[in-house]
Amino acid sequence: MPISFEITKNTRIAQAHYHELAQQQMRPLSRKYDDREHELPVEWIDWFWKHGRGGPKNPDFEGPGDGFVQVCVQAEELCWGDAGLYLRMPTAALGGSAVAAAGTPAQRERFLAPFRGDGPPVWGAMAITEAQAGSDSAAIQTTAQRDGDDYVLNGTKIFCTSGESAALHEGGFVVVWATVDKSAGRGGIKAFVVPAKTPGMRLVGVEKKLGIRASDTATLSFENCRVPAANLLGSAEVKKAGAGKGAGDKGFKGAMATFDASRPIVAAMAVGVGRASLDFLREELTRLGVRVRYDVPASALGAVERDVMDMEAELQAARLLTWRAAAMMSRGRPNNLEASMAKAKAGLVVTRITQKAVELLGPAGYSKKLLVEKWMRDAKINDIYEGTQQINQLIVARRILDYSSSLLR
Amino acid sequence: MIDFDPSEEQQLIAETVKQFAQNEVRPRARDCDEAGKLPAELLQEAHALGLVANAIDERFGGGGARSAVTGALVAEELGWGDLAIALAILSPSLEALPISDLGSDEQKQRWLPALTGQRFRPGSLALTEPHYGADPLRPETRARREGGGYVLDGHKCLVPWIEGGDGCLVSAACDGEARLFRVSRSQAGITATPERYMGIQALPTAELVLSGVQVAEADTLPLAGDALPRLIQRGRVAQGAMAIGVARAAYEIAREYAKERQAFGAPIATKQAIAFKLADMAIEIDAARLLVWEAAWRIDEGLDAQREATLAYRQASRIALEVSDGAVQVLGGHGYTREYLPELCLRNARGFTCFEALSLV
Repeated sequence: MPISFEITKNTRIAQAHYHELAQQQMRPLSRKYDDREHELPVEWIDWFWKHGRGGPKNPDFEGPGDGFVQVCVQAEELCWGDAGLYLRMPTAALGGSAVAAAGTPAQRERFLAPFRGDGPPVWGAMAITEAQAGSDSAAIQTTAQRDGDDYVLNGTKIFCTSGESAALHEGGFVVVWATVDKSAGRGGIKAFVVPAKTPGMRLVGVEKKLGIRASDTATLSFENCRVPAANLLGSAEVKKAGAGKGAGDKGFKGAMATFDASRPIVAAMAVGVGRASLDFLREELTRLGVRVRYDVPASALGAVERDVMDMEAELQAARLLTWRAAAMMSRGRPNNLEASMAKAKAGLVVTRITQKAVELLGPAGYSKKLLVEKWMRDAKINDIYEGTQQINQLIVARRILDYSSSLLR
Repeated sequence: MIDFDPSEEQQLIAETVKQFAQNEVRPRARDCDEAGKLPAELLQEAHALGLVANAIDERFGGGGARSAVTGALVAEELGWGDLAIALAILSPSLEALPISDLGSDEQKQRWLPALTGQRFRPGSLALTEPHYGADPLRPETRARREGGGYVLDGHKCLVPWIEGGDGCLVSAACDGEARLFRVSRSQAGITATPERYMGIQALPTAELVLSGVQVAEADTLPLAGDALPRLIQRGRVAQGAMAIGVARAAYEIAREYAKERQAFGAPIATKQAIAFKLADMAIEIDAARLLVWEAAWRIDEGLDAQREATLAYRQASRIALEVSDGAVQVLGGHGYTREYLPELCLRNARGFTCFEALSLV
């Protein structure tokens, strides 16, 4: 196949579908659940659970034809609607990705079936971050001790997206990353599926945040929290540090592989928020009679035109890097470098674009009457979660320099 | 379906050009810049690769494989080798492509074979004007009808004026509509003064004063409708791709230098201050390349590319400058010397904001 920038008909159908959904179901609730942080956005959740899970009803729609590019397009549209509500959707989310990537067919069936079922809404979540282990996931302190047919988890996880919903609503689960052997370093880190309401898992609290306030970000503690050994994702074998690369080390690598898959999606989410802001800005400028001209010499351009052109170029650049990383995923190619490039670029670009939109719109942009200020607050998280700007720069740097993580720290 | 992989044929062409750029162009970049001279034998050798002819209709001696995407791949590799030499190598297309797109069969028969034949024949296109606020879409150079032909009066600059060329396409407005006029370089009324620029020093360019230059009706090309904007879009894609090439050249040198250069007992690339700068360069280069490719793809698909070509070119020229500057910085004092290439990349990159259709795809 030659170079092409044309999304398939299938993806266009998905794009139109999710755009309409975003506009009709999410936008009207944006301000409400930004104001009412920590309140469950019930209208959205009920609607999504009843009508939103099926995808486009269009008879021409054939499911995920464009693979990950289509997933990215979908994420972009929904986050154009509202990034906080997107994160709060009752889905298996990152926990689901971990189960799908590292779980056995039996585990996938067991843990993911409720997300397709007719019961009440359920959530999945992923718990990696700890107070002293953020980007440095290998420093995880939460322990998992084997006891007969069970593992016993002890520790505290923070910044767990949808952690509250996943831990408290029957049928959901939290994928918890813990070490079975601290002396083994990364090789000792394993992932465990902890079903909702498992005794010993406790919601400690939820964060008050700059943005994405409709999304709950939980602190979960695990005190002698017992899960069956069958809930371990991947191999139980512990590879000692320095034992070399190879199979068996599905724990830490599994977590990292999840990031390669999730980073393009987070980048797409970022692009969605940035586009919300830029679309609105352009509509306002059109209303005010400010036209962006692409056919005049640079010397004739006004400052606002220049700003808008740069915002457009940067946003499209981020989107294309994202689609590239996604297209590589779809073809089963390693995309660690490209995923980090996309995430680094998108996170930074949308932070700048949304800030610029507030600036250009003046007091109106700063006002809570509009959503522009909210998009600026929402956008910032994209430069932080799923690997901060700096972590992604570090990954890119190691790749382009061909340096190991011990050589470039 | 979204796809970022060039076709097999495109990969083959890009790989061939890459080898040529590496083995033949790059080793001459510094000397040519210092001497302010093009390597004549090399231009002939490059011409033999058929890069210009490939895009021309088979009926007029070409390969019949016109593609802006392929053109962008070629332009990036050559630009990576050296910008001035790249512009010279591809200069026949400055005439060949507009003639191919806009000319009558008679004109194509008359002009194309010389440009696409065995011998390298430099081409020239005069769009840029020297006054402040000059707009390539609205030339101030005038053509008035006289007798059965036209008379041109005006002023152009940054016109490639390579030894051995005999023609030049000049844009001028006639009754409010732009046209291209093919003039002969030695024609009465044309005064060509050699120019000197901060960069692309190996490429001879001229400032032209046109005073009562007579052109026959048969030597003009119409630019009706969106022909001129499309010509300029093709220029922006070609130059954008070259800008990526320049940026990539500077970035790669900085990256290798940073891995060699020791400070405090370790290569400076092991310091985040340097490593992150290199990472940002790599990200920006890839991002801008995708924008250029998208604009090229739109041109090939016959879609409007005004916005995309303009944005891609703005982005590519900006990052070429930033990355070249960053590379000079990574090399420190060495970066400022003419012993290393980043300073040449920086001088070349600065020009992109004033280049217009110095190359076409």
